[in-house]
Amino acid sequence: MSGFFKSSIGRKYAMALSAFFLMFFLLQHFAINILSVFSPDAFNEASHFMGTFWAVQYVLQPILIFGVIYHFVMGFILEARNRSARVKKYAKNNGAANSSWMSRNMIYSGLCILAFLVLHFIDFWFPEINTKYIQGDMSGLLGNGEGFRYYEELAHKFESPLRVGAYVIAFVFLSLHLMHGFSSAFQSAGASSMRKEKLQLFGKAYAIIIPLGFIFIALFHHFNHH
Amino acid sequence: MNLTLKIWRQSDANDKGKMVDYKVTEISEHMSFLEMMDVLNEQLINKGEEPVAFDHDCREGICGMCSMFINGEAHGPDRGVTTCQLHMRMFKDGDTITIEPFRAKAFPVIKDLVVDRSAFDRIQHAGGYISVNTSGNTQDANATLISKHAADEAMDAATCIGCGACVASCKNASAMLFVGAKVSQYALLPQGQVEAVDRVKNMVAQMDLEGFGNCTNTGACEVECPKGISLENIARMNREFLSANVKS
Repeated sequence: MSGFFKSSIGRKYAMALSAFFLMFFLLQHFAINILSVFSPDAFNEASHFMGTFWAVQYVLQPILIFGVIYHFVMGFILEARNRSARVKKYAKNNGAANSSWMSRNMIYSGLCILAFLVLHFIDFWFPEINTKYIQGDMSGLLGNGEGFRYYEELAHKFESPLRVGAYVIAFVFLSLHLMHGFSSAFQSAGASSMRKEKLQLFGKAYAIIIPLGFIFIALFHHFNHH
Repeated sequence: MNLTLKIWRQSDANDKGKMVDYKVTEISEHMSFLEMMDVLNEQLINKGEEPVAFDHDCREGICGMCSMFINGEAHGPDRGVTTCQLHMRMFKDGDTITIEPFRAKAFPVIKDLVVDRSAFDRIQHAGGYISVNTSGNTQDANATLISKHAADEAMDAATCIGCGACVASCKNASAMLFVGAKVSQYALLPQGQVEAVDRVKNMVAQMDLEGFGNCTNTGACEVECPKGISLENIARMNREFLSANVKS
């Protein structure tokens, strides 16, 4: 396997593998977040479990962080190499004639998602790490000790219409990214075209339903606090 | 038909090059695109100007020599054709047509619309073949049984004429459809199995060495390919490459 991940195809596999992991993560993130709409208690329970269970915190979380960083860094490296493969651009290039906008602009939808992740980390991840590992409060309880803090924190974040707007825009770009990315990851991993047709359909459904679900959650909490 | 042509002119590989406008008149809609270029060149020669250099050979869609990026697409706006098979009826009287060479770092311009596609030859030399003893006692080809499905798929892959439209169309100037087709045509047949591991590893290594970009599965190559080579060939190459790297 020496040199596999330095080769063009090896890097395609690596991008696909990190994409699979991130898409699975997104699904479980959605599954937990949607609980906040139906049952604040269930959301609190699930959040506390994810936030304190050792395997999630010390095994899955580092893998996730590595996966996110790898997917972005390798995305940029591949984009740079791909741009250098055509030094002189065409005077006229009709890309829309042969490919989708989503497939040609993965770097831009990816950059929007990266910008969103910075906001998302500032909103949730950094405060969470601060509370748990710097202040050492692993209880998951509110300051007054009356119940879990997770639902309150989530609902509070979505009070600001600016933040909700930013989330909605980011999830539209995530949808566009997944619209190509889902089936592209399977194609890179060598999935045959027979299975690909069903996969493409499933991928399109995933790319619409999951981001739309996240948008719904943000809007739900925003309007339920006004 | 009367047309305005915007054509890339470049005197040699070192020249900076520029787009130059030309008018051509009395073009028949039944002409092929290359015949229209012939008319233009006759006009230029009669005026004492340098004719436009462009690649062509068989003029029946087999050899893969004619290139040209026409109005933003490899081999122009028609589907499943090379430039020699593109007819002027695809355009309207008074149209302005932009004509550029295939652009890729691995396909340097030699002159005007002529590019050096020998990178494809070097990829082929790296493994696009099978080694057969031709000493006179070669076994009958029909003695090796091949399923109809595999034979058909291998034949589909083998119809690649190496024109480079995939590279020209790809936003990343990737050659993976070409290499995928060449790997697939052997991977699907029993005769190709003996050298399968080295073939895919060496051809991919040469492809990377030539400076082609990486495939991002936009599918533009498949749409613009004059022979309809499927993306499935890229998926197959990926599987072959992984399998070859696991084996050795």
